[in-house]
Amino acid sequence: MSWVRKHIVLILGLAVLVYTFVPIFVVVLMSFNRPPSEQSKIYKFNQFTLDNWLHPCSDPSMCQALGRSIGIGLAATLVATVLGTLLAFALVRHEFAGRSAMNLLIFLPMASPEIVMGSSLLALFVAAGFAGQLGFWTILIAHIMFCLSFVVVTVRARLAGLNDTLEQAAMDLYATPRETFWKVTFPLVFPGILGAALLAFSLSFDDFIITNLNAGNTTTFPMYVWGVSRKTIPMQINVVGTLMLLISISIVLGGEWRRSRQAKALAAS
Amino acid sequence: MSDTSRRHGKTGYLLLLPGILWLVVFFLIPFYSLVAASLYDPAGSDFRGYRMTYHWQNYVDAIRDYWQPLVRALIYGGIATLLCLLLGYVLAYAIAFKAGRWKNLMLVLVIAPFFTSFLVRTLSWKLLLGDDSFIVSVLKAVHILGDNGHLLATPVAVVAGLTYNFLPFMVLPLFASIDKIDYRLIEASNDLYANPITGFFKVTWPLSLPGVVSGTLLTFIPSVGDYINAELLGSTKTRVIGSVIQSLFTDANDYPAAGALSVILMLMIIVMVLFYVRRAGTEELL
Repeated sequence: MSWVRKHIVLILGLAVLVYTFVPIFVVVLMSFNRPPSEQSKIYKFNQFTLDNWLHPCSDPSMCQALGRSIGIGLAATLVATVLGTLLAFALVRHEFAGRSAMNLLIFLPMASPEIVMGSSLLALFVAAGFAGQLGFWTILIAHIMFCLSFVVVTVRARLAGLNDTLEQAAMDLYATPRETFWKVTFPLVFPGILGAALLAFSLSFDDFIITNLNAGNTTTFPMYVWGVSRKTIPMQINVVGTLMLLISISIVLGGEWRRSRQAKALAAS
Repeated sequence: MSDTSRRHGKTGYLLLLPGILWLVVFFLIPFYSLVAASLYDPAGSDFRGYRMTYHWQNYVDAIRDYWQPLVRALIYGGIATLLCLLLGYVLAYAIAFKAGRWKNLMLVLVIAPFFTSFLVRTLSWKLLLGDDSFIVSVLKAVHILGDNGHLLATPVAVVAGLTYNFLPFMVLPLFASIDKIDYRLIEASNDLYANPITGFFKVTWPLSLPGVVSGTLLTFIPSVGDYINAELLGSTKTRVIGSVIQSLFTDANDYPAAGALSVILMLMIIVMVLFYVRRAGTEELL
């Protein structure tokens, strides 16, 4: 009993962690489910099958939507990461007028409800006469917009935590500013940039509310799931959910592993 | 880094330009369009076009017609935020002080579930809270839920979904704050015969306030605007403001009413954020 009392916080914490995994367990389980019939609307485990994994694209429109989401996600990540990294460097390393206004402008998108940002953007597109052209490009514009601030915050945190003694050492050893940047600064900041890019991709891939307002007739993966949620839910959406989980966990664990290996190598030398 | 090591000159402005321009054109200017749309003549339509008549009455009409979903969204979001604070605090505290060498792994595990699509995750709550689910049968067995009781399609399910989906937004800022606390301060309070509860409220809680402030903001704001949980796990009786705005925009093409509701929601949030920012300072909040 005293053991429980001593570790009560840890036990409760682990319980919360387990709770966050319960729905994930359902997603993985349902990816192996064979629904009672093709048109079954009952969302419940029926029978084990590998069919969903072997035929992920049995509804071609799902895979189309998935491909579109990946495409938009990659493009939005690329642009948002570049623009956001530039912003982060400016904020940490440079002096300029209007700093607090810039900080506020970067903070606000993270503090605005998606429904407000999405409807504002739609109002702009409609006012500018693009109401008929909603689709890939308007979604991309929106995604870059809401990913940008998250990239800035992530890269800035890394950059601000960086000690500039290494850079000064490089300069003392007659490295040009350009060499110093590419050989010292950039490699040190890179993990932050990579983290920001991963975050941006997952934000873009997962977005529904803003996308739904600005998509016109284009369907992304979350919009596809929304559409089928009222009808027959194809179990393949759970295959996609499981795969996303596996991919992201392996990226994160891979990064951790590399970091610990580097730390060990450093300690050994 | 101190201000003195920041470089002067035009490079800073060049680095800022593209990103800031993007935010101005696709984040700030749209607000102007939104406010403009909210003041259009409500008689307009896609077909006939909209006329700017400064029709302030749109706001009165919007509140009169839709105050219920608005209040509902605030209540659901508020309860979900409090539940997140409770669960998130325990988890963040455990990771910061009790996890030892498992700290990094536990942090990864906090974020990991949220890489599975938001909608797919929310759908799995539909199964977990369904009428013949384990949770419902347990609640019926212990008579918390009546024999004909449901969880799905009730406000309870909506709040449960919101709490679940926005938990990491609470845990991460809380962890960042709690992790910075010098544990010796907590030990000192124990040494000075504060009981753990007094110690918590006099030492840990005040020191973790920055995390509490940003965590509650980052949870409350998206959960008030969210309508995915209310639609997938709730019923027509749990309709929230986000859902109303969405359908007014895309189904009814009633831009003036939708615009007015969006502006009202945003103004309420801005008042809250300003209140918090004044207490915490922008740089610290980020």
